[in-house]
Amino acid sequence: MGMSNGSVAGPGLVVVGASLAGLRAVESARRAGYEGPVTLIGAEPHLPYDRPPLSKQFLTADPEPAYYTTEEALTGELGVELRLDCRASSLDPPARQVRTTTGPVAYGRLIVATGAEPRVLANVRPLEGVWTLRTLDDAVALRVALRSARKVVVVGAGFIGSEIASSAHSRGAEVTLVEAAPVPLVRAVGEVVGESLSRLHTRNGTRLICGVHVERMVGNEHVEAVRLSSGETLTADVVVVGVGAAPATSWLGGSGIQLDPRDGGIICDAYLETSLPDVYAAGDVVHWPNALLDDTVRLENWTNAADQGARAAVNALFPDRRRPHETVPYFWSDWYGHRIQFAGTAMADSVTFASGGPDEDRFVALYRRGARLVGAATLNEPRKIMKYRRYIAGRGTWAEAHKVLVARTPVPATD
Amino acid sequence: MKLVVDRGRCTGIGICESIAPDVFEVGDDGVLVVHSEDFDGNEQVAEAVRSCPAMALSIAEDG
Repeated sequence: MGMSNGSVAGPGLVVVGASLAGLRAVESARRAGYEGPVTLIGAEPHLPYDRPPLSKQFLTADPEPAYYTTEEALTGELGVELRLDCRASSLDPPARQVRTTTGPVAYGRLIVATGAEPRVLANVRPLEGVWTLRTLDDAVALRVALRSARKVVVVGAGFIGSEIASSAHSRGAEVTLVEAAPVPLVRAVGEVVGESLSRLHTRNGTRLICGVHVERMVGNEHVEAVRLSSGETLTADVVVVGVGAAPATSWLGGSGIQLDPRDGGIICDAYLETSLPDVYAAGDVVHWPNALLDDTVRLENWTNAADQGARAAVNALFPDRRRPHETVPYFWSDWYGHRIQFAGTAMADSVTFASGGPDEDRFVALYRRGARLVGAATLNEPRKIMKYRRYIAGRGTWAEAHKVLVARTPVPATD
Repeated sequence: MKLVVDRGRCTGIGICESIAPDVFEVGDDGVLVVHSEDFDGNEQVAEAVRSCPAMALSIAEDG
């Protein structure tokens, strides 16, 4: 096919972060024809595993962890040098080295895919029985704790907090969800849909308290209650803090890489290249200009991590095949047996319910920016959402957007 | 070759429909419909199979 084999001088491709984005990067490098050395570094002791179930069915049933691949497939078939249980501690760009807890690793091209870490509550003393959820080990420990939990308080009514609340509820616990903002999920889905979705909690028997902060955890060693800024004290045997995640980039301090001053995410260009030569990034750590929606964003979702990992590897290794990463973001969430799906962006001028309504268990809400449809949120409308995703990708108009609802075949979209 | 859906794994997330909408479509009930089970090596369909978040799709040899 006349393409280069992506020959990278010396030490080849190094990927830091062995979750979805990192895995897709090494798979994509090989599929694209890169034959040089590939090293995959992961801080956790585990092979790459599927993270979305950890706040959902992993907590409600007791399934085995879902690993994406095997050690044999990675090291044998793909020829990847796998370094698990190995944490990157710093980056030395002039020396072209990643320093790690098991020694330095030299790179020709580097992809940073270290993901995000749960935020913690400032000024709140942690006690036993207070959990965050990010990793498989976190989920295993939380699942054990939930088995005997009678009263659960979840702090943060975002998607992860809401999924955990739903999971704890289905295990029979009495669940209270505490949210600092007046309306949950505003950044992710906007105020109208955030308000509407938050009512699912109440309708399904979870108490939701908004506009209230956690003042402190009550208890000696083990948590016994949560004291709120409203003066109320909630009894709890398990508390889960789900107040968002921050890019895991502290190890890059001193490297000179350009980071976002607000959240520490990595500033990338449209090709997912960082400010440092031959260093790319993928997944939850990345801020990048997404031309398809004319926004510069950082996304924390499965689809984005998978797509950016694959794209960053090709861009890093094959300059003649490099392409900007353009996407209509997509994510899903499951609460109380309901499927929530979102495509596009919530940064819109207005939101309208095209079918169903804010108090119904089934709806389609559409997001308008200027003359364009830029987002769609659905509740229990799984046939509709991907048609809207393609319609948005094709820069479909707001005026014609209702036609997607009745279409029996995929709607016109550009490819 | 044939496309195979592991119904125990598929949860109708729709990534496959997003990549290859002529072949995959999630129904109103959330159940995945495969419009054509014959796989002829089409790269889009292969990508859809590889991209399944639930690892529910595979390609099987005939017979």
